[in-house]
Amino acid sequence: MAEIEIQTAAAPAGRARQIGDIILEVEDITLTFGGLTAIDNVSFNVREHEIFSIIGPNGAGKSSMLNVINGVYHPQKGQITFNGKTRKQMKAHHSAAEGIARTFQNIALFKGMTVLDNVMTGRNKMMKSNFLTQAIYWGKGRREEMEHRRKVEDVIDFLEIQSIRKTPVGRLPYGLQKRVELARALAAEPKLLLLDEPMAGMNVEEKEDMCRFVLDINDEYGTTIILIEHDMGVVMDLSDRVVVLNYGGKITDGTPDEVCNNQAVIDAYLGVTE
Amino acid sequence: MFYRETGQFKTSYSADEAIFPIRQDFVGFWIIMAIAFVGIPLIANEYYFTAILVPFLISGLAALGLNILTGYAGQLSLGSAAFMSVGAFSAWNFITRIPEMPFLISFILSGVIAAAVGIFFGIPSLRIKGFYLAVATLAAQFFIEWIFTHVGWFYNYDPSGSITTPPLTLFGFELISPMSRYYVTLTIVTVMALLAKNMMRCSVGRDFMAVRDMDIAAEVIGIPMLKTKLLAFAISSFYLGIAGALWAFTYLGNVEPAAFDIAMSLRILFMIIIGGVGTILGSFIGAAFIMLLPIFLNLGAHALFGDLISQQLLVVSELMVFGGLIIFFLIIEPHGMARLWQIVKEKIRMWPFPY
Ligand SMILES: Nc1ncnc2c1ncn2[C@@H]1O[C@H](COP(=O)(O)OP(=O)(O)OP(=O)(O)O)[C@@H](O)[C@H]1O
Ligand SMILES: [Mg+2]
Repeated sequence: MAEIEIQTAAAPAGRARQIGDIILEVEDITLTFGGLTAIDNVSFNVREHEIFSIIGPNGAGKSSMLNVINGVYHPQKGQITFNGKTRKQMKAHHSAAEGIARTFQNIALFKGMTVLDNVMTGRNKMMKSNFLTQAIYWGKGRREEMEHRRKVEDVIDFLEIQSIRKTPVGRLPYGLQKRVELARALAAEPKLLLLDEPMAGMNVEEKEDMCRFVLDINDEYGTTIILIEHDMGVVMDLSDRVVVLNYGGKITDGTPDEVCNNQAVIDAYLGVTE
Repeated sequence: MFYRETGQFKTSYSADEAIFPIRQDFVGFWIIMAIAFVGIPLIANEYYFTAILVPFLISGLAALGLNILTGYAGQLSLGSAAFMSVGAFSAWNFITRIPEMPFLISFILSGVIAAAVGIFFGIPSLRIKGFYLAVATLAAQFFIEWIFTHVGWFYNYDPSGSITTPPLTLFGFELISPMSRYYVTLTIVTVMALLAKNMMRCSVGRDFMAVRDMDIAAEVIGIPMLKTKLLAFAISSFYLGIAGALWAFTYLGNVEPAAFDIAMSLRILFMIIIGGVGTILGSFIGAAFIMLLPIFLNLGAHALFGDLISQQLLVVSELMVFGGLIIFFLIIEPHGMARLWQIVKEKIRMWPFPY
């Protein structure tokens, strides 16, 4: 598993990758639904190889923010720069092409398909052979299928879901479904991975596994990760930096320690019963 | 022999990705092929070929066409028969107007025309789903039927308003006998079913199923909605178009546009509901069921009641049985008979240890 180049120099707390330049710049984003302002003039940036958390009470606009970043929602104001490209609006499938993958707060797996097919679908955008070569299953169509199958098997090994490969996802327990969804996102070899509450509803053991996977992904593939999570312990342990949202607005951002000791954050959290 | 995969170890991904990864399925496939290509022609008589086997195969192909669109890509359509008629009338025009062209090429071109028409009527699917899309495809059904009834060019101004198909010719031989028509149909249907099976297990099929199961997630993963939905309409209509051409040329010999009416579209839809939505095999099981049930009901009723039962009562009871079955499958087993078959296979595979 650990055959990658390891850059140990000055990596904090045993992390293999060094934090790099800014890869995602979110500027003055405002998103409204009719009269409701879901995001109010929020800016922050995320650096390459970072694990970056978005926290805040329910309805703060966290999920909406992810939806803006990968083009599902179109903000009324502001712009986003990812990997050097600035855009005001984009289609969701273009963000996939640029290397953004995600998981959803409410699992969004393809229920009628097996685990293997779900994970393979994560790589569909890279498959270039047309339906005719796939129909005869010969030459390019077949070769491509095999190559991608091999890559997918690596991801399946990485997330330890070998034994459920051929199981229809609908039959899996909740915790495993979340893991399969992560596998599907990871199969796309994203530069930026957006995880919307990947540990919600899990027991302690499953949570620990998921934390380990998030760290391992960041370590091994160098993937930049934006994480939404309610469990403050997890956020403190995993994140390099954190941004705090409340009622659509940004309260502050910084390292976990800075954020924890910020009076406005404490007020926001005490003001809301979770 | 037992249906087991124990002891069949796969040492490569390509072995696991074979079209029938379990050996018993592979053997089963070749047994069916042997029966279809060798066994049946040895015993079947003219009646079986023309009245049962050929229409069964073509219906299965049509059901497969609809299954690609509805079962795999999740786009409900009530216009299947209309796309079949596009195939039938195109093929007739190609073959009568350009007789030098081999009929296979004419058929393929007809399928392509049906695909183009399918793409056109599939455009609304980008905006509307489910029930509303079904209504939009219903418009295709009525519009296309109207065109073929009212624009004389399509049936070469024949006063009867119908088309009479010349026999197909292959390497200079005229395929007139029921057996030769059976062979042509069987070959085309088999090849197309295998091609469909391949497509549906590659990225095209996964794109379709992803759009069916969760369209937002599909788009976020990078599957373009527009292209995928229109491709589903195109491939599905191509299959239906070829089925329509066969319906005219190897089954009926003489068709009018009304043969491809809404009732036929509904019958194809029932086939996939009963046989299994989203499976290749299910399309053929459903077709067999819908084709054979009336025949068996008829035989059974006559055996039980002799001449006491009226023809009218038979027709009504047939409709009642269909209705009951469709409701049964919609409620109890929405994946149809193919799913029941799969459950049986799984049980046998695990037997005697269920876990
Ligand atoms: N598609 C939508 N249409 C209308 N309102 C929406 C939509 N999506 C989100 N909202 C509203 O935007 C606000 C922010 O929602 P969002 O889902 O981003 O919150 P969140 O921070 O993810 O909350 P949670 O912790 O509960 O997941 C909420 O008031 C929500 O009702
Ligand atoms: Mg949320």
